[in-house]
Amino acid sequence: MKHNFFYFIREGIGNMFSHGFMSFAAIGITVACLVIMGTFSLVAYNVNENLKDLQRENAVLAFVDENLSDEEAKALQTELEKLPNVADCTFVSREEAMDSYLEEYNEDDLYSDLDPQILRHRYVLHLKNLDDMSLTTDALKTVDGIVKIRADQDISTGFLTVRNIAGVISITLIAILLIVSVFIISNTIKLTTFDRREEIAIMKMVGATDGFIRWPFVYEGLLLGLTSAAFAFGLQWLLYRAIAEGIANSDTLQLLRIVPFEQIYVPVAIAFGVVGILVGVGGSLTAIRRFLRV
Amino acid sequence: MIRLTDVVKTYENGTDALQGISFEIEDGEFVFLVGPSGSGKSTIIKLLTGEVIPTSGRVMVNGFSMSIIAERQIPLVRRTIGVIFQDFRLISNKTVFDNLALAMHAVGAGRKAIQSRIPYVLELVGLEGVEKRYPDELSGGEQQRVAIARALVNNPSTIVADEPTGNLDPARSLEIMTLLERINALGATVIVVTHEKGLVDQFDKRVIMIDNGVITGDRVGTYEVGQ
Repeated sequence: MKHNFFYFIREGIGNMFSHGFMSFAAIGITVACLVIMGTFSLVAYNVNENLKDLQRENAVLAFVDENLSDEEAKALQTELEKLPNVADCTFVSREEAMDSYLEEYNEDDLYSDLDPQILRHRYVLHLKNLDDMSLTTDALKTVDGIVKIRADQDISTGFLTVRNIAGVISITLIAILLIVSVFIISNTIKLTTFDRREEIAIMKMVGATDGFIRWPFVYEGLLLGLTSAAFAFGLQWLLYRAIAEGIANSDTLQLLRIVPFEQIYVPVAIAFGVVGILVGVGGSLTAIRRFLRV
Repeated sequence: MIRLTDVVKTYENGTDALQGISFEIEDGEFVFLVGPSGSGKSTIIKLLTGEVIPTSGRVMVNGFSMSIIAERQIPLVRRTIGVIFQDFRLISNKTVFDNLALAMHAVGAGRKAIQSRIPYVLELVGLEGVEKRYPDELSGGEQQRVAIARALVNNPSTIVADEPTGNLDPARSLEIMTLLERINALGATVIVVTHEKGLVDQFDKRVIMIDNGVITGDRVGTYEVGQ
């Protein structure tokens, strides 16, 4: 079967070049589809990474009633830890809070004489999932001894909205663009099969199996898909780097952390390769099905 | 061996192509299948190659029952039959060698087998040295010889020629028929579908006459004898 493999590859490449313009168009459209798909997926991925950072850094502060004694205030820890969605919970006494406050504003002598008694004991809580932040703050409000909650809900809600929109758009686009790519590659291969219909008929007549006839077209689709994936990967890399540099140089967006492409190129390459292969082979199988009914 | 027993073929559009025909062709026979257009000759070829299945009756081709054959076995039957067409059906953008190689590739032949078999078959049909030429560079008679070479290249036991001389002048037609007779002498069963009375009369072979889907004659001799 080795000689058949080379025969199929040779025929597949020949098919691809026999309709150069259509192959070029199919590759162009598939590259566009893959890059659009990749861009939205990478946006969703980066937003998700920033959300994780936010999750790590963004703490909810739960202030303790100043009428409680130090012991009573510390005793709340067990109760707070039991709340769902609380990843960790640290007690910060009013003295520690004052120290950190002074440290933060150490250049300003204005605050140096402040009495820690004006502050409250507090708990610093990290959450497991920012999606459920409002549920957790509601639960905190019901705990006896907790009088005030401070949570930067707006920032996390903003990130969540971007992530969810990017997620929905990328899934929708993936579905639509996959269908478009399969359709385009399928039509390119249909053109080849139409051009070679006499040849197919002769092969059938001399006893070629459907599999034998199918393989060169499958290889053609595979080559179209893989070529598209390779070009799309290169283009995605350039685009990603340009956008990352743009964000890094932007005054308003530079706080966002963009994952370096070098850290994610392997999964991106695999995803593009797999999608390219699926689209190419799917397109070719769709195209040749009806030509095999001889 | 080919055997048709009470074969009826009615197409989906209601056309009764064959109305209960029976005949048998032994291995190594040379048979003319004659009849006017629309008589059912092409349907018989399609039954032999598995392009259509009979509505009723039995069709046996080289050990395969075409009435109940599984789709995946049809290529195996076709490998036992070499088909020649009136319009040659050569691929014009492939050389003679590549046209023949295509047929060998299709049945999974290796490179060495292809390179040794093709010159042999071309010599057999009297076309040595044309491997690198394209079909359009050859005469009609030569193109039909290439088509015969392609039918022979996989060494089938049966050759079915569908109006093989329809596009040729009388002299070239006679040459082609003589070549088919020679191939038959080498052991292959040869079935020639034609309506060229003059040509049939020049060969003292078995003639099966078909008209309106029924056999109207089956004996050795001339077209008239068949009628």
